[in-house]
Amino acid sequence: MITLSRRAALIGGAATLAAPAALRAQTAREISFFYPIAVGGPITRIIDAYCQRFEAETGIKVTPVYSGSYGDTLTRAVTAIRGGAGPHFSVLLAAELHSLRDMGILAPIEDIAATADIREWLGGFFPAFMANSLADGKTWSVPFQRSTSVYFYNRAMFAEAGLNPDMPPRSWAELVTAGQRLTRREGQARWGVQLATNDGTAQWTFGALANQVGHQLMNAAGTEVFFNHPLAIEAAEFWRMMAFEHRITPQGVTEWATLAPSFLNGSAAMIWSTTGNLTNIRQNARFDFGVAGLPGKQAPRTVVGGGNLYIFKNANPAEREAALRFARFVTSPEIAADWCIRTGYLAVREDAWQTPALRRYTAEFPPALVAKEQLPVATGELSTFENQRVYRALNSNLQAILTGAKPARQAMADAQAEADRILRPFRRG
Amino acid sequence: MHRRKLIVFFAPSVAAERAVMRRTTLHAWLLLTPALVLLFAFTHYPAIATFWHSLFSTPRANRPARWVGTDNYLALLEDPIFWQAFWNNAIYAGATIPLSIGIALAMALWVNGRLGGRGLLRMAYFTPTILPMIAVANLWLFFFTPDYGLLDQVTSTLFGWGPTNWIGQPETALGAMIAVAVWKEAGFFMIFYLAALQAIPPTLYEAAAIEGASRWTVFRRVTLPLLGPTTLFILVNAVINGFRLVDHIIVMTRGGPNNATQLLLTYIYEVGFRFWDTATAAALTLVLLVILGGAAGVQFFILGKRTHYR
Amino acid sequence: MRGLRFTQSFGVALQTLGAWTLGILWIAPLLYAIWAAIHPTGYAVRFEIFAPLTLQNFTAAWDAAPFSRYFLNTFLLVTMILAAQFVLCTAAAFAFARGHFRGSSLLFGLVLIQLMIMPDILLVENYASMRRLGLVDTIFAIGLPYMASAFGIFLLRQAFMQIPKELEEAARVEGYGTIGILLRVYVPLAKPTYIAYGLTSVSYHWNNFLWPLVITNSVETRPLTVGLSVFASTDQGIDWAIISAATLMTSAPLLIGFMLFQRQFVQSFMRAGIR
Repeated sequence: MITLSRRAALIGGAATLAAPAALRAQTAREISFFYPIAVGGPITRIIDAYCQRFEAETGIKVTPVYSGSYGDTLTRAVTAIRGGAGPHFSVLLAAELHSLRDMGILAPIEDIAATADIREWLGGFFPAFMANSLADGKTWSVPFQRSTSVYFYNRAMFAEAGLNPDMPPRSWAELVTAGQRLTRREGQARWGVQLATNDGTAQWTFGALANQVGHQLMNAAGTEVFFNHPLAIEAAEFWRMMAFEHRITPQGVTEWATLAPSFLNGSAAMIWSTTGNLTNIRQNARFDFGVAGLPGKQAPRTVVGGGNLYIFKNANPAEREAALRFARFVTSPEIAADWCIRTGYLAVREDAWQTPALRRYTAEFPPALVAKEQLPVATGELSTFENQRVYRALNSNLQAILTGAKPARQAMADAQAEADRILRPFRRG
Repeated sequence: MHRRKLIVFFAPSVAAERAVMRRTTLHAWLLLTPALVLLFAFTHYPAIATFWHSLFSTPRANRPARWVGTDNYLALLEDPIFWQAFWNNAIYAGATIPLSIGIALAMALWVNGRLGGRGLLRMAYFTPTILPMIAVANLWLFFFTPDYGLLDQVTSTLFGWGPTNWIGQPETALGAMIAVAVWKEAGFFMIFYLAALQAIPPTLYEAAAIEGASRWTVFRRVTLPLLGPTTLFILVNAVINGFRLVDHIIVMTRGGPNNATQLLLTYIYEVGFRFWDTATAAALTLVLLVILGGAAGVQFFILGKRTHYR
Repeated sequence: MRGLRFTQSFGVALQTLGAWTLGILWIAPLLYAIWAAIHPTGYAVRFEIFAPLTLQNFTAAWDAAPFSRYFLNTFLLVTMILAAQFVLCTAAAFAFARGHFRGSSLLFGLVLIQLMIMPDILLVENYASMRRLGLVDTIFAIGLPYMASAFGIFLLRQAFMQIPKELEEAARVEGYGTIGILLRVYVPLAKPTYIAYGLTSVSYHWNNFLWPLVITNSVETRPLTVGLSVFASTDQGIDWAIISAATLMTSAPLLIGFMLFQRQFVQSFMRAGIR
């Protein structure tokens, strides 16, 4: 018995020691990736620190290139790849899955390493996040900085308006009531609630609103959208009424970037934002604030979003291997927990939530759990082929609704017509 | 005088002269070639290539490009966003050109005259030209933010207006972009006018004064005509900028809200580098080239003839 | 008589008022940038006279993005373009001004086309060309389309044509070849044009955005304008103070240059006879 186990131990030990050496023979020394900065705070310093730690542990140098918003990063990455000088991997919107697949530039995980080990690792991610990675039986990206949309509210303003800060609105009706009590037009003017309506974010907000009436905006294959469904029109109409009838939110376009500053300087009592902004707001708010799940027509419902790690085909096998190792590093329980605490993004694996660090953090700061609790009632972000184009079609029409240029029914019909035109080549065969 | 006669006297024979001419021609071509190569490579060739590529469909991962003839252009004609970009650009150019030239002329006249604090004024007028548009766009973003933005603070203090979403609503968004463009350009044109004004001989003004002409008549009959060539030169620049100056739009409104600030060049960038629809982008580029070429033709042939040169 | 003088001085006063109002309007964004950059973030939207001063925004902006590298890139880019333009445009302008050969007017017309059709507009095709040359994401690629500048050729040709032919003949008699004449006679006499053109070129390329945006990807090649756009990208919550500090930092060289050389700037335009 003992002899066998000792031999087994020797063999096992030798194998474990040999494995990194064998692996090292195959992995690259230096890789680079594009990284978008989508939330406030010293994100670049955190990412730099992770890269340094990764290099200390594995000897592989990872260089992050900060490239602006999600949209800008997508443009830059694809431009670079088409120009023959592209990054090896990149963090891009999870919803870009189908577009990127169509361009033929992605390397699915199964093509890099198809061991049982990898399969088990992939199985540990939350299914809600994996939904944006799976297509055609393969995994095309790794969830990294994922979020759900939540809203932040100013508890002091709630109390002052006679609302209970511990019972923030959970339904549309409650939202309207609260908004009307909070909106002030004279003196120190402020809005009851602000939502982002700019190009690049409006579709995310609308995805949440649609889910709040129980409607999905697209099919899983990414070839069809359902913008002019009666439920979608109902969601759009509610949004319009918030601005024009109930007057609790501004008309016209509100930039995503101004939401957090407006909240922090008291121009907005509630903002529909992302959990990724949680730490930023926590550090900069000079008042008591709360976090809650987005109100649904009856009960809270929301949308997931955020970025995944995509590995590109233009990287050679050694570089892809290195990129995969980095992906495993940043999604390991310890790093994922650290990322969650320092930004507010959700840790993408359950084992991260079980680490002592995250348990302690959520115990002393319960709002950090709000976003996670919303996962069961969250739907995926709008994701189709020719994603950016469909976004543009939808967002222009949403903006038309919110500026009063078109009624909701007309705008949604127009958006549907244009999206149909864009997606037609993908529905054939 | 004498030296020239001597040279003529010792003029070489016709054959030698032709040899000199050939050598000069060769030299001329040698001097020209580097510049010509670059110009052709990055202006003329791309223009032709654009036209060629606009006759094919956009190549995708599994669908190579195929000949479609005028399909891309027909699709453009049916595209409401193209038409909106077209008309927006017409309004944008139509507003920025006269405004920037007019304000530049006023600035030059003021700075050239005997107003107090001319040096400071000149610097103030020219500063926007030096600042990178990208940098300024962010500052203007603050100016235009509703409620606590500077413009709203001013309008609410002076006129008691409520918050206006200057760049977030279609009615005012394009006007706001025009304002930023004029602000950026006028100072640059002012320098040209200033140089031209200072080159007008004072004797002309003295003669006019002797004849008892009023200030307005002097301006109309003496100054303006002499500024003709400068105005033409500035007009060329202003027209080009009316289509080229889109940096602030890309940063501030990205063509929104609902395409209210979408111009031809921003649409080209979006279609070509966001949607990767290179064929449509090529067709759009050609439309823009035709417009610019037409404008150039008008300016050089028609207006050029009517300008007074000394 | 007194009435006329009153009207005149009133007119002058009104004009002064108009000029100064316009001046304040024009410089307002820069003044705001200075205000926001030297006060802490909270005072970016509140204008209180005794707000505390700080230089922290500048250090924060400098740390937040590799501005030193961006400065270097921009400096290299602008210098490279200017040097190339001086050489190429001088040669071409001389050929057009003094070389009499068949087809010179047609060629000159073709050159002038670039005045209207700038490389910016031909983004997509020029990008494809750079890709074929393997030059994507290099500083050289940013400058290459601009090195032969129709504007430069036009200006220099005009300047060269105004130089009296006697001087050239005198130089020929002394035995100078074409290049010698060019360098000894034409270039020195066209100095004001060179200065005026140089100033225009530097400020244009320092501030150029769209083409550099498209052709560069990495920090090692990005000029200041692209770096600033990444830094201030509007998905981040906007911090006006830091953005103002970054803006001032990136515009400082040009601003200071202009403040010091204002008069020369205008005079060179005058002497260059740009009309």
